[in-house]
Amino acid sequence: MRTEPWSNPHLPQEAEIVERIDESDRVFTLKLRFTDSTQHDAYRFAPGQFNMLYLYGVGEVPISIVSDPEHDELLDHTIRRVGRVTDGIAALKTGDRLGVRGPYGRGWPLRELEGKDVLIVTGGLGCAPSVSVIQYMMRRRARFGTVTILQGVKHYHDLLWRARYEEWAHTPRTRVMFSADTGGPLWPWHVGPVTGLFEHIDLEPGSTLALLCGPEGMMAATVRALRGLGLADSAIWLSLERSMHCAVGQCGHCQLGGKFVCKDGPVFAYSDIAPLFSEKGL
Amino acid sequence: MDIDVSVRESRFLPSADLQNLLDVLTEAGYECIGPRVRDGAIVYEPVTRAAELPYGITDSQGPGEYRLRADAGGRCFAWANGPQALKPLLFAPQESLWMVSRDAQGRLAFIPAQTLARPIAVLGVRACDLAALRLQDAHFRDGPRPDPAYGARRDALFLIAVHCTHPAATCFCVSTGDGPHADSGYDLALSEIDEGFLVEAGSVAGGVILRRLPTVEATTRQRETAAGEIEAGARAQQRALPGTDLRDTLFERLEHPRWEEVAQRCLSCTNCTSVCPTCFCYSEHDAPRLDGGESAHYRQWDSCFTIGHSYIHGGAVRGGTRERYRQWLTHKLGGWHDQYGRSGCVGCGRCITWCPVGIDITEETRAICAD
Repeated sequence: MRTEPWSNPHLPQEAEIVERIDESDRVFTLKLRFTDSTQHDAYRFAPGQFNMLYLYGVGEVPISIVSDPEHDELLDHTIRRVGRVTDGIAALKTGDRLGVRGPYGRGWPLRELEGKDVLIVTGGLGCAPSVSVIQYMMRRRARFGTVTILQGVKHYHDLLWRARYEEWAHTPRTRVMFSADTGGPLWPWHVGPVTGLFEHIDLEPGSTLALLCGPEGMMAATVRALRGLGLADSAIWLSLERSMHCAVGQCGHCQLGGKFVCKDGPVFAYSDIAPLFSEKGL
Repeated sequence: MDIDVSVRESRFLPSADLQNLLDVLTEAGYECIGPRVRDGAIVYEPVTRAAELPYGITDSQGPGEYRLRADAGGRCFAWANGPQALKPLLFAPQESLWMVSRDAQGRLAFIPAQTLARPIAVLGVRACDLAALRLQDAHFRDGPRPDPAYGARRDALFLIAVHCTHPAATCFCVSTGDGPHADSGYDLALSEIDEGFLVEAGSVAGGVILRRLPTVEATTRQRETAAGEIEAGARAQQRALPGTDLRDTLFERLEHPRWEEVAQRCLSCTNCTSVCPTCFCYSEHDAPRLDGGESAHYRQWDSCFTIGHSYIHGGAVRGGTRERYRQWLTHKLGGWHDQYGRSGCVGCGRCITWCPVGIDITEETRAICAD
């Protein structure tokens, strides 16, 4: 008889909700702290990585970390209510406890971004993985070239964080543009797919990296447009979403061809997944 | 076919002394698991007496077909394989990963599951299943975040291979390079001939057990007989995959019409992934106690043939059987090369036998990969 000498990679740690911010009726942000202060102090992550959040008695979901890896004291997770676990997490209040394990995966290519122009194209509601890298660059603005943020939403109601975009738009060498599939009287920006904004921007294909986050259809259209503008496949980076149960490359749910999205991604260079990405149902 | 069937440095154990092997293993602290007949199939179950082994039984397998019948030879390993491999012994079909309790203040305490790994000796392991074990080791044990339960059970495992001399019609391990001769990865390996067994040690632990057995030196004739039977078994295989690295071919043919055609026959029932010795998918679930004070977080085998396997908010990525069969085959014969440097198929043929509609992986692969 013996017991295992290994640590258990599946085991969450307890964390407390220090603050809760309702971003919209379906999107909210939880600021978390591990209740074990040693654990909290030792925790390190990079923008684009994610944690598994555990709702007591229900289950786990992968959620991107949006706080700043060096400046923020708490672990921020912006969550959209999309199902059983996130609906339950949405009912939690300040002071409530969750399980957290992570960080997992490979985040955005921060080193490659330095000195480059960066184009961020995001679609959908509160695209958390892109927010983390935008904030990272804004706080270290001098290390990056021109930053262009193109945010697409389905409906003009869906745009979150207007104040935050406003602040970014007033940062030097930073441009923010919006598009909505469905506009409205209070929507002064582009109406149509986010790729429609490309005609309004100038890109230096040789010195630009593009970071994409959003629904796969939108990212596929964006990749086509970017390649048409002369960007190399290795200059286009995408944050993918797949079903994840274990987050450590074991349970098999997140596979895309030979990749485990949880550990080989969730951020990939397009050149690494090019033949598989456009194929439906892989 | 050019395979190494030299039976090296083997000792001879007479048929009547096979019980000694079980006794020596038991004395050494192992629980013995071996082939037994249950519900019309050969399954791995606890065995204490050699007489419990399937003497005089052989199997007849084909697409969607498995039958046991009497075999005149009176041997106990005159069959190819049953539905189980080693997988259930190491990667448990269902097990708890951790427990969590919640107190009146809502504080959570997480407690990792403890794995009580009893030393187990498995008798009658086939070369295909040893190859599959190496792949499961690579997946669960040898990565940067090893699975503790798998690792503990793996450490406690003693493996007695039996070189395969009776391939089924569904077997194709020669074409994957994984059998029928067990080359490595065992503690002991047996060759069954009419009068008994040739025994080779493949590890220090195996050597210790071997020295306690009442063996004599094997004769040249016995060694030649054993080698000849393994060679004959290899030659008797009727099926083959059309190559050992089909990765590029498969991923170039994601739009092949055969995917839709096979989806018309496939029931998406998950039998193939359950009997596959290398399939590793599992899902995680919570089982809260009714009083709300505790919850068990457990995992159980999952299959890429279920619609839930690829579910993310908004729906399943692989909504239809075409996409799911394609996922299974492109992963098994393609994606594994990226992940673990070789195909994920070891040629055991179980997915062919246990498919209720007899879909044959070798036939589908040939249809898709043929030019």
